[in-house]
Amino acid sequence: MIKPQDLKFTGYRRPDGRFGVRNYVLIIPVDDLSNAAAEGVAHNIRGTMALPHPYGRLQFGKDLDLTFRTLAGQGRNPNCAAAIVIGIEPNWTNRIVKEIEKTGKPVAGFSIERAGDHKTIEAASRKAKEFVHYATALAREPFPVKQLTMSCKCGESDTTSGLASNPTVGRAFERLADAGATLIFGETTEVTGGEDIIMQQCATKEIAAQFKAAFDDYQRLIESQGVSLLGSQPTEGNIRGGLTTIEEKALGNIQKAGRCKIIGYLDPAEEPKKPGLHFMDSSSAAAEMVTLCAAAGSVVHFFTTGQGNVIGNPVVPVIKLSANPLTVATMSEHVDVDLSPMLRIEMNLDQAADAALKMLERTINGRLTAAEVLRHNEFVLTKLYRSA
Amino acid sequence: MKHSILLHEPTDDVGVAVEDLKAATEVGAVTLEGQPVGTVKLVNDVPLGHKVAMKDLAPGKDVIEYGRVIGAASQNAPRGSHVHTHNLKTKRWKA
Repeated sequence: MIKPQDLKFTGYRRPDGRFGVRNYVLIIPVDDLSNAAAEGVAHNIRGTMALPHPYGRLQFGKDLDLTFRTLAGQGRNPNCAAAIVIGIEPNWTNRIVKEIEKTGKPVAGFSIERAGDHKTIEAASRKAKEFVHYATALAREPFPVKQLTMSCKCGESDTTSGLASNPTVGRAFERLADAGATLIFGETTEVTGGEDIIMQQCATKEIAAQFKAAFDDYQRLIESQGVSLLGSQPTEGNIRGGLTTIEEKALGNIQKAGRCKIIGYLDPAEEPKKPGLHFMDSSSAAAEMVTLCAAAGSVVHFFTTGQGNVIGNPVVPVIKLSANPLTVATMSEHVDVDLSPMLRIEMNLDQAADAALKMLERTINGRLTAAEVLRHNEFVLTKLYRSA
Repeated sequence: MKHSILLHEPTDDVGVAVEDLKAATEVGAVTLEGQPVGTVKLVNDVPLGHKVAMKDLAPGKDVIEYGRVIGAASQNAPRGSHVHTHNLKTKRWKA
């Protein structure tokens, strides 16, 4: 049985002491208007990556806060060596720059008004080139599992997720939590039918109450729209795969938490501050959830799928695990860990967790995941409500 | 006998087909730990990943998987039937 303490992890030590397993120079647009300039810089400068997105204008309140936290969180993520922030005007640009600056890593902001795209791209490209020289001169060094922050989520789940791939992540998470890693799971509506189990797993009444408040808040939001999530949860893909009700889906979903104590509740995109498993209030839409995990500082992600969700993330390597023999056979290019022998009882849960942890080690040390190789860079901001 | 159905708990009302199953065939069921839970004769074809009734399910009766309620039967589903959206409904959300 593999213990996480025995795995050899190497990564890039950042000035704030955290370790990244990738080494990106990110070009972060503050708003939709700045995507073109950000992509212009990324086109000019090898070794950089732009994170275009459709928001950042006329948002307000909690929704704006979340967008700021999510964008700054990409730059703060240990997988980011240095960041360029580009916005249409300087004030909001600087707000994001200042949050990234707190990590001590190189960051610079540029704004387009009174310069135009051409001059902005030129100035930002010069700075990005400097940052690439800085980043590529950094070397990997060993780091302990206690320094690892990672996350998990399932997508296009089916009954094989609840039988095999989710319990595998749960078993791996139990070992990682015991070894002192920091772990994140979430998907607030998708625990409907198993919310009492989540509450029982919370280490304190306060954490259980925080979780329940977020859970109830979401149920109220659904009711306030005069609808239910029937037709949306389970998804058509879930139903095709044999999942019938939200209760059944939830009972499969929460297997990912294993028997770990939940030692913290996180708002969307909030960085965990201590080791152990955290519940993060989050959507169950794959790209939104993984983007929030990236913002929270997760450096690698376990993603289980039944029917074959192909999601990836630009900042966080997404390791895909599936136990559905049809999916593994027909979509093999998307699957990093084949757990289908579990259905034949040719692989038990501990052996499956070993396979997941071995792939985690290889991924941390630089092996590109299927989603990385296939350029699955889904970067999706969670919007809490409409803009002004 | 090679198993074709997996159960989370030996007392669950439903098991999961781990391969495409044909009506009128008799197949074995086991728990995840490999504990045999007998055989069942299929009433319908059941595709890989879909559920099979391990007991006779009556309308309105809670249906148990993972040792927990996953919904209520909306139609009769005798042992060996395909159990899905046509005869099992959530108890949480109303249409």
